[in-house]
Amino acid sequence: MRKRYLAFRVVSAQSVNKRDVTDAVWNAILKLFGEYGASQTNLALIEYDQEKSWGIIRCSRRTVEMVRASIASVTEINETTVAIHVLGVSGTLKALRRKVSL
Amino acid sequence: MKRFVDLHLQPSIKDLTQVKNMVSLASELGYHMIGITLPPNVLYNLSRFRRKFEVISVVCTSKAVARQAAKDRRVDFLSFPSTNPRQRFFDHAEGELASKAFSSLEIDMAPLISSKSFQKIRLLSSLRKEVKIARKFDVPVTISSGATNTHLIRGPYDYAAIAALFDMTTPLALHALSETPLTIVQRNREKLSPNFVAPGIRVVRRKNCCPNA
Repeated sequence: MRKRYLAFRVVSAQSVNKRDVTDAVWNAILKLFGEYGASQTNLALIEYDQEKSWGIIRCSRRTVEMVRASIASVTEINETTVAIHVLGVSGTLKALRRKVSL
Repeated sequence: MKRFVDLHLQPSIKDLTQVKNMVSLASELGYHMIGITLPPNVLYNLSRFRRKFEVISVVCTSKAVARQAAKDRRVDFLSFPSTNPRQRFFDHAEGELASKAFSSLEIDMAPLISSKSFQKIRLLSSLRKEVKIARKFDVPVTISSGATNTHLIRGPYDYAAIAALFDMTTPLALHALSETPLTIVQRNREKLSPNFVAPGIRVVRRKNCCPNA
């Protein structure tokens, strides 16, 4: 199954840890697309740098737009207002890092 | 490469730091052109404002305002801010009027991003109907952020992904984020130019500008 990697940046007044980001994205997917939709995404948080507030998520190619919409709809983590911006999407980690200069 | 446009940022005009932050974030996210709203009561002063500003958007808070704005060719965008389906007036009649007046339906993403549970469901349902009506009557659709702070701004491709939730295909959504608003701004800039006479007619040369001719 083909995969896609999404680099993202979390903008928040407070530092957000890896667990909270994963939960927020999963919750957003569940809210928007339900359990059936979430099961198709094969979502995994590959990497997350808490200090720099950026990370990489992996999902299946077919659901990349679903994941992107879900990530964009995250507005709150731990009762703190946040915004998650997708910096780039690519088929390989190497190309993604080159694309978004991580 | 597409030139993305967001014609509906709503920072507090008095807070210059916020304006600056929102504009720089929009630029960072890939927008080439942005519009910041000023809140005058436009319908009463439309002819005065039309010659001052490049874009006129009417916030349709009642059916009477919506119908009047849809008939008026000076209006560029029809905006429906309410998340309540009963207070969104873009129906078949509105679509037909907007089509004749070359107005565009403006969809703000901020209410969709910030709304939750049933409010979001109802808003998505309304937007789906409105997009369908717009397509039926060839009313151009424009997607804007409608953001009041930096946390509500998203990148154009994120908006395109969200637009898929109300049945807008990605190419159509990207068009609504770039070509559609850009065409409207360019058309209005041409109209505001001193050489504009009427659509398709412009002054090429004035008699007294070339004395030797």
